[in-house]
Amino acid sequence: MPNAMIFEAVRTPRGKGKKDGSLHEVKPVDLLAGLLVKLQKRLDFDPAQLDDVVMGVVSPIGEQGSVIAKTAALKAGWDFRVAGMQINRFCASGLEAVNLAAQKVASGWEDLVVAGGVESMSRVPIGSDGGAWAQDPATNFATGFVPQGIGADLIATLGGWSREDVDRFALASQQRAAAAQAAGRFDRSVIAVEDEIGLPVLDRDEFIKPRTTLEGLSQLKLAFGELGAMGFDAVALARYPQVERIEHVHTAGNSSGIVDGAAAVLIGSEAKGRALGLAPRGRIVATALSGADPTIMLTGPMPASRKALAKAGLTIDDIDLFEVNEAFAAVPMRFMAEMGVPHEKVNVNGGAIALGHPLGATGAMLVGTLLDELERRKLKRGLVTLCVGGGMGIATIIERV
Amino acid sequence: METIRYELSADGIAKITFDEPGSPVNTMTLQWQHDLAEAAAQLVRDKAQIKGVLLASAKSTFFAGAELNSVLLLKPEDAREGFGRIEALKKSFRTIETLGRPVVALLNGAALGGGWEVALAAHARFALDNAKIQFGTPEVSLGLIPGATGITKTVRLLGLMAANPYLLEGKLFGPREALELGLADGLGESIEALRAQALAWIAAHPDAIQPWDRKDYKMPGGTPSNPKIAAGLVVAPAMLAQKTRGLYPAAQAILETMVEGAMVDYDTATRIESRKLAKTMVSQTAKNMVSAFFFDMNAVRSGKARPQGVPRWKPSRIGVLGAGMMGAGISRAAASRGIACVLKDVTLEKARAGVHEPLAHLITPTADAADLQGCDLIIEAVFERRDLKAAVTREAEAMLAPNGVFASNTSTLPITGLAQASGAPERFIGLHFFSPVHKMKLVEIIRGERTSDETVARAFDVVLALGKLPIVVNDSRGFFTSRVFGSYVMEGATMLAEGVPAALIEHAALAAGMPVGPLAVLDETSLALSVHVLDQTRADLGAAFVPGAGELLVEQMVKEFKRPGRAGGGGFYDYPAGGPKTLWPELRARFEKAGVAPAIEELSQRLLYRQAIETARCLTEGVLTNTADANIGSIFGIGFPAWTGGAIQYVASEGMERFFANAHALAERHGPRFALEAPVRERVAASLRRDG
Repeated sequence: MPNAMIFEAVRTPRGKGKKDGSLHEVKPVDLLAGLLVKLQKRLDFDPAQLDDVVMGVVSPIGEQGSVIAKTAALKAGWDFRVAGMQINRFCASGLEAVNLAAQKVASGWEDLVVAGGVESMSRVPIGSDGGAWAQDPATNFATGFVPQGIGADLIATLGGWSREDVDRFALASQQRAAAAQAAGRFDRSVIAVEDEIGLPVLDRDEFIKPRTTLEGLSQLKLAFGELGAMGFDAVALARYPQVERIEHVHTAGNSSGIVDGAAAVLIGSEAKGRALGLAPRGRIVATALSGADPTIMLTGPMPASRKALAKAGLTIDDIDLFEVNEAFAAVPMRFMAEMGVPHEKVNVNGGAIALGHPLGATGAMLVGTLLDELERRKLKRGLVTLCVGGGMGIATIIERV
Repeated sequence: METIRYELSADGIAKITFDEPGSPVNTMTLQWQHDLAEAAAQLVRDKAQIKGVLLASAKSTFFAGAELNSVLLLKPEDAREGFGRIEALKKSFRTIETLGRPVVALLNGAALGGGWEVALAAHARFALDNAKIQFGTPEVSLGLIPGATGITKTVRLLGLMAANPYLLEGKLFGPREALELGLADGLGESIEALRAQALAWIAAHPDAIQPWDRKDYKMPGGTPSNPKIAAGLVVAPAMLAQKTRGLYPAAQAILETMVEGAMVDYDTATRIESRKLAKTMVSQTAKNMVSAFFFDMNAVRSGKARPQGVPRWKPSRIGVLGAGMMGAGISRAAASRGIACVLKDVTLEKARAGVHEPLAHLITPTADAADLQGCDLIIEAVFERRDLKAAVTREAEAMLAPNGVFASNTSTLPITGLAQASGAPERFIGLHFFSPVHKMKLVEIIRGERTSDETVARAFDVVLALGKLPIVVNDSRGFFTSRVFGSYVMEGATMLAEGVPAALIEHAALAAGMPVGPLAVLDETSLALSVHVLDQTRADLGAAFVPGAGELLVEQMVKEFKRPGRAGGGGFYDYPAGGPKTLWPELRARFEKAGVAPAIEELSQRLLYRQAIETARCLTEGVLTNTADANIGSIFGIGFPAWTGGAIQYVASEGMERFFANAHALAERHGPRFALEAPVRERVAASLRRDG
């Protein structure tokens, strides 16, 4: 079986996902096409050598619809023999694209694939693709649908974590991200977004709030208390009847930020790399998918990580660094508590609470962040994991080479 | 045609008159469904001569709806045939409304459920302007759905949001509201006036078609593809689930039908609706709810428990003793029905405080017993103390009009004992009102040993006159409702004593459909009161009395932990100022045991079985005299869940053999309070054969 090697992992900066965000003016197709052009220029490879472009998008409708991966490849001016596909596995989409590319390469049936994702949450808002799970009452009843934030608050309740506990985690994310940005640790992977005449539109992550304080976080309004009271708490508690009530603790300050952005990871076989003169930076060791109860929804990272470790024949102690997506503070907190991993190894450069979570792209972004940090610290292995809608979990283990 | 008259006049007006032979109302019998198809076919044949069609009733109401007896007999496998019948009926409706001629319904009286769906087959509706007339689709309250076009058409006429209360809550409306909603096109003072308006409408609308058949039709408020509607749809199921706990499939099916139907064209929508109705109408919940809320309710209201041969009675003036919450509530209930009251307390100030202001012209507050002079019914609602009740009985009875009735509002004290203070125990009776009186519909009438039939009948009439539901029980400790209610809360306390987590107990009760968890209820009614009863029972029965684990736990809560209940500052719950109550954290350390975590379904079932078994004992002992009282009393007095159809119907719902087997298993595990003695089993079997 050929090894799936990572040759490069790049991303756009993450722009605030609102009308006043710097990337709001940029169409999703251009966000992605621009990044593809820059990736190709940086490595100077012939795009015609690519077998596929796999891109994750969580709201693949409107201007993110109609197989944006192929559209962006064409707009990037890439050879028309290069295929493209858009995939959706909710928040795992970006990492799923990486995993799928790795599987294509490892199967030996394809040799070079660009994987990643794009999401302009300011232009195509979360949830705008509807769907039966939430919006069809018969399906909603049958599956016990609740919004993710209710699940996050339930996780915190079960963990006994107070508002202050989750706010402290959020504060650490902000401090770590600010320190990383100040030290230039994102400089390798972040490629500025430019307009048609080459003027920079955004060249650094703009969602980070370096002046965040615990006091400031404590003032923020609960995000899911009202929704819970409307009926979702009752739906969740029907499945967790030993819990007296859900203690709502999550706010906009300790949940992932809504941002715009795109990511691209070049993955191929060692042979293809040698043939094209591409030096591998990392190797994809194992990938895994799993699932957990869809009502609490966000506990998938643990079973997925265990599955990936088992596949790789590794234990949790063999992993040097972790990227656990900060969908909500309680998610990595639960991961650390349940897996016995110290905070010193998890999200060492901050996470989506500080940087934002451009849904379809995040997983691929985390691969780049982790690889950069493994190289900087000269460590060997890292694990990326995300909680996923529907109770799913995804994990990828990578290794620096 | 047997149930429909068809006439075609020389001026081209075809009149379809509903007139079910031998029945005071029109219902959707099989014969009627057949006749409607024939009438529709006749319209098609006569189309060339027809200018317009009138739908009318020969009864005092327009149409009463589905024929509910058959619902009780449906088996799951009947759903297929049911679907075919519903579709056939809709075909008749569709033929009429797409005939190409204006169709007008003349609503001379109520049109409910299927009856309203008949009216909706018309392009226009004219109704008598009478506030007593009711229209609408209350099916959900019977565990059914308005699935003979009711959902599809109401959504298309009002929009998804606006249709909500009329479909999901079964809200009824009068002619005026129908006009405002656009569901009626005009009101008239007489049937002739309606007919004139209808003929004018026909002349003015020769090309009438239904709104949903218009090319430019748009759903009011938008379809589910509208982002605002879509956002609402995400929350709507949870809002419903919070209310129904997943126990009311009809409510869920209505919401599903509304939304699924709104995504597609009219004909597809009604077909989806037919499938949902076919599924819902054969459900056990539909049988339970039809049985309780139609048949049992009619039995109660029509006086099944009322002694025969006593003329109807209505008190001219009611005296109420004690202006606390109960007394105030009783006087308010009476005054709201136009009955004058004297409300007496120890001071005029206290009496005044109990007067419901908007009805002050009918309620006379007083501190003087002499003001009770001439009342033909006096209801005492003073504290639950025998000596106090005896004293006020003696004082007030002297003022009672000759042959008047004296009633005691008590929830626990045996009436025969209280009647000892009365000079006329045959005219002394128990009237157990529930709190809050203006909301709670049930009144438990307690017949003492010496209470006469005439007094029982009069009490029955009084309760009906107050707009409430009377059940009649025989005297016994706790009567019916308090006894069974006590069995519920004590089962909850027993679970806690076993080490079950308190939150799990409370959620198990809610998951079963009980309105409030047993521990929360104990807090409200006061643990101290339960201990007081326990002490009293100990004193009465001596060494023969063996208290249960739940009773001992409650005693420990009060005497050792000083947690007497909400009024006393806290019980099983803490009551922080300004915040919601929370379970007392110490419960975990003091009672919960590691490893004791039964499945919630097991606890829910146990809480319902305990009450059903105690109800069955009340029937067997003659505390209850009939099944309808048992079912209605348990739902409206104890909060036994409506989906079960009541505590005895619940046995039918479980299946009798299964119920007996489960009860036996529960008795083995938890003690003889779950044991069904042979006479109880026989009595339950008789109830379920509906010969009790």
